[in-house]
Amino acid sequence: MNTINLTIDKKPVSVPAGTTVLEAARSLGIQIPTLCYLGLHDLNIENKPAGCRICVVEVEGRRNLAPACATDCAEGMVVSTHNIRVLNARRTVMELILSDHPFECLTCAKNGTCDLQSMAQELGIREIHYQGEKSTYRKDTSPSIIRDVDKCILCRRCEMMCNDFQTVGALSGVNRGFQAVVAPAFEMNLEYSSCTYCGQCVAVCPTAALTEVDHTGKVLRALADPGKTVIVQTAPAVRAALGEAFGMEPGTLVTGKMVSALRELGFDHVFDTDFAADLTIMEEGTELLGRLTRFLEGDKQVRLPILTSCCPAWVNFFETYFADMKDIPSTARSPQQMFGSIAKTWFAERIGVNREDLVVVSIMPCLAKKYECQREEFSVDGNPDVDYALTTRELANLIKQANLDLKQLPDSDFDQPMGESTGAAVIFGTTGGVIEAAVRTAYEIHTGKSLNRVDFKELRGLENIRSATVDFNGFPLRIGIAHGLGNARKLLEEIREGKSEYHAIEIMACPGGCIGGGGQPLHHGDSSILKARQKAIYTEDELKVIRKSHENPAIQELYASFLGQPLSEKAHHLLHTHYFEKKKRKVSIG
Amino acid sequence: MTSIKVELKQHQAEKLREVCRSFGNQEGELINVLHKAQGIFGYLPAEVQEMVAEELNVPVARVYGVVTFYSFFSMIPKGRNPISICTGTACYVRGAEKVLDEFRKQLSIGIGETTPDGKFSINCLRCVGACGLAPVVMIGEKTYGRVAPDEVKAILKEYEND
Ligand code: SF4
Ligand code: SF4
Ligand code: SF4
Ligand code: FES
Repeated sequence: MNTINLTIDKKPVSVPAGTTVLEAARSLGIQIPTLCYLGLHDLNIENKPAGCRICVVEVEGRRNLAPACATDCAEGMVVSTHNIRVLNARRTVMELILSDHPFECLTCAKNGTCDLQSMAQELGIREIHYQGEKSTYRKDTSPSIIRDVDKCILCRRCEMMCNDFQTVGALSGVNRGFQAVVAPAFEMNLEYSSCTYCGQCVAVCPTAALTEVDHTGKVLRALADPGKTVIVQTAPAVRAALGEAFGMEPGTLVTGKMVSALRELGFDHVFDTDFAADLTIMEEGTELLGRLTRFLEGDKQVRLPILTSCCPAWVNFFETYFADMKDIPSTARSPQQMFGSIAKTWFAERIGVNREDLVVVSIMPCLAKKYECQREEFSVDGNPDVDYALTTRELANLIKQANLDLKQLPDSDFDQPMGESTGAAVIFGTTGGVIEAAVRTAYEIHTGKSLNRVDFKELRGLENIRSATVDFNGFPLRIGIAHGLGNARKLLEEIREGKSEYHAIEIMACPGGCIGGGGQPLHHGDSSILKARQKAIYTEDELKVIRKSHENPAIQELYASFLGQPLSEKAHHLLHTHYFEKKKRKVSIG
Repeated sequence: MTSIKVELKQHQAEKLREVCRSFGNQEGELINVLHKAQGIFGYLPAEVQEMVAEELNVPVARVYGVVTFYSFFSMIPKGRNPISICTGTACYVRGAEKVLDEFRKQLSIGIGETTPDGKFSINCLRCVGACGLAPVVMIGEKTYGRVAPDEVKAILKEYEND
């Protein structure tokens, strides 16, 4: 028998065997509170250490209360989720957690978005009956992420993301008892660990134990400086999520309102990273075609599959774990960096501003981009191509500080020329999008024919690893797609073993791609939010008049007046990069 | 955390790899491998943990997590003259704790620690089976019986030129 019948809060319910009490209750609309538990089921991500015990329920006939998140339903079970015994137990658990938590809510980076805070509110905690010593630990700041371990409640969600989903293993529970913390090996700073800055630990941390490095102050100062021209670029995934920070439904596209907000904030030019995404396709697509042509001509030396290179966390990952294969990824820089490079050369010249007086700000769904823009190779004489990378969340804060209500702002258009983009660029924001965009352009250039359908639905979805074959004029081009570094690792190991069947592979570090980036409004474990954002991205693509990167008129002009051809010497110099072997950081800490 | 930088010598590294191999380089054998490794090196410096992580293909953060979870594992090398004080029942009853306190005071280190010059370290032992001599202290191979706190100074003096 596969169906199990039970009663929860006097309501009968039938569920498939293996369903937890938590899930069964949710199917009845009963929201049992959880803290350590996290389930993103569409992505096969689950954290179930049964550690916090906030989700306890009473099961008739059992002596002890049971954690709903880790208790399977059984035939005939009678469950109460909110009797006095349960409520008291839950309150005790909460008070115990809070007795070792700093009371800094008013000035905390997570104020208003913290799960612990909202749980305390829901449980009606008014007093803490337990007093004790509070654990303290040093703060750790890296280029992207701040660790404030004093705020850690040891839910281990970060550890699960870093170990199971990303297979990076930068974080682990160390020490025990009162000294227990989640930390990198030897408790070194994150910066010296194998961390890729994907930010997925930050994305799931219920408290402010893990947060992004905040650069809003620096951006405000630049905006206030009359000597500076400050321009901004916004990544595709931002417009599909920013609205959530203003109470809008997940999946609401706010492109036009976001542009208005950025103008109100005082940016001199409001541009689009999508412009640079189209540029990326020109370079990366040409590179793909070049390798493919050589392959078809029988060149045995040619490195295939080619791997996309626009996700900086992914770049960090292969520089650490697959440095022996660093000639396989495309050498194309990420759209963020291509934008910065073109802005501080071509555009700066056009408007007659010195590089030093031009400040390039980017709005990203991403924490790795904060690190990326600080990489030395992306600067000229110490002046970075991109000065500051803010997250979607930081932008939301700036908009609120400026007393703007995003919902009420009118729609407006990006500035020209670096605001012009195509539908192909928009879909960079989701897993599968970069390769679909590349296929649209590479197909037309390779075959000389125009595509009669631009939607490659076979490349879309949220499955961890996807593959599809696209007919390139008789040649079956085999494509692989992975999101999440653990999934990427599988494809990479196949290549290393010489077993890979693919010609091109797209990799994104975050679940769902950038829509699920570490800098996005928090999903609080609800994967339907990621799905809604993904849908929004494809809608924006469909709404675009031009949907192929090589047809972007601003890009065509950029090549005609400045770059020459894709992969020209100038393009190589400004738009491509090389990779380094990151030592699997041997301990050199003391 | 104290970190002591050591380069693993070639033969030590080989020995460690051999240990990992003898456990089939299995992730699940991590604790057993670490146990053996501590037997070889006396402690588990960062370099040893890194090598174990590489051989068993587990993140080094996780290895460190295990090392810091079990008090049996140590990241600090024992002193050249490791002092072991029996705190079994018989020794305890006859004042082992006072003796222990005196050693700690004289050397300014705690249990499980090593003096900065690497000369002494202090550890506690469960009953060593010499109850007739309680309280018992061992320094290296040498055993001292019926130790009184006021003898500690003289005992340490024996190692003056070590
Ligand atoms: S940013 Fe990514 S790689 Fe770094 S610790 Fe967090 S989850 Fe791990
Ligand atoms: S750092 Fe955050 S996610 Fe990680 S264990 Fe602590 S509270 Fe949980
Ligand atoms: S998938 Fe996107 S958001 Fe995530 S690390 Fe990569 S570029 Fe950043
Ligand atoms: S949510 Fe169930 S034990 Fe933490």
